[in-house]
Amino acid sequence: MTQTMTAPAPVPTFETESGGRKLCIICSKGSLDMAYPGLILANAALGEGIETHIFFTFWGFDIITKKTMADLKFTAVGNPATHMPNMVMGLPGMTALATHMMKKQMDGIDVPAVPEFLELITDAGGHLWACRLSADMMHLGAADLYDRVEGIISATDFIELSAGAQIIFV
Amino acid sequence: MTVAAVAGREVHVDEEGFLTQYDEWDEELAKTLAANIGIELTEAHMKAVRFLRADFKQTGETPTLRRCTNVGGFPTKDLFQLFPAKPAKKMAYVAGLPKPVGCV
Repeated sequence: MTQTMTAPAPVPTFETESGGRKLCIICSKGSLDMAYPGLILANAALGEGIETHIFFTFWGFDIITKKTMADLKFTAVGNPATHMPNMVMGLPGMTALATHMMKKQMDGIDVPAVPEFLELITDAGGHLWACRLSADMMHLGAADLYDRVEGIISATDFIELSAGAQIIFV
Repeated sequence: MTVAAVAGREVHVDEEGFLTQYDEWDEELAKTLAANIGIELTEAHMKAVRFLRADFKQTGETPTLRRCTNVGGFPTKDLFQLFPAKPAKKMAYVAGLPKPVGCV
């Protein structure tokens, strides 16, 4: 009598430390639509067990500045992908309208607002860094920045920090 | 999708080993699945796994990490501690559900 044996089920590998993979994302823009790509990628990388750092520089500073982080704007002016005429979108109130629309759309697909997103990223082990030159230029100090920013560092520090990392510039 | 053995039981799995039939899972099986990926299942793990199961039943989709935090009330930090490095995928595997497809 023969008996067929069922093969044991495969086990997913889940290479836990992701082979030492490391990701650095540079966020250099401060409009709402340009804040999200970096944050979404950082969050995804963290969910894959990848060491992740975000370096905020120039206009990207608005993402981590207490005064502005919850109030980033989106404008359709000069953005042909919105398929809206510049002259109309440049009228008073249009930026507020476009921002409102975008926030609603993001909320509709369950993407968190920027402050909540940063909280999520740091809870997941992500590191936030502010650019020294931008801080000096805008006369901002640690007290003006989101309290989970780990430090204000120079370009040299960032180059050191990102040794061996994959870098994404947004 | 093939039939394969987990803990001496025949179940349907995909090519990576994720269970594909919601009803073939039970908490006994979860222990073996967790052990397969180096996790000793505790009540804290099970609470998260039960949320995943219940949410999937309701929505038809495996919840993302953010949903586990927002809707399930499990702090992100805790999930990373319980299911190190890749919590969303590991939880789905132990819960006998497909990998979550959401981006956030």
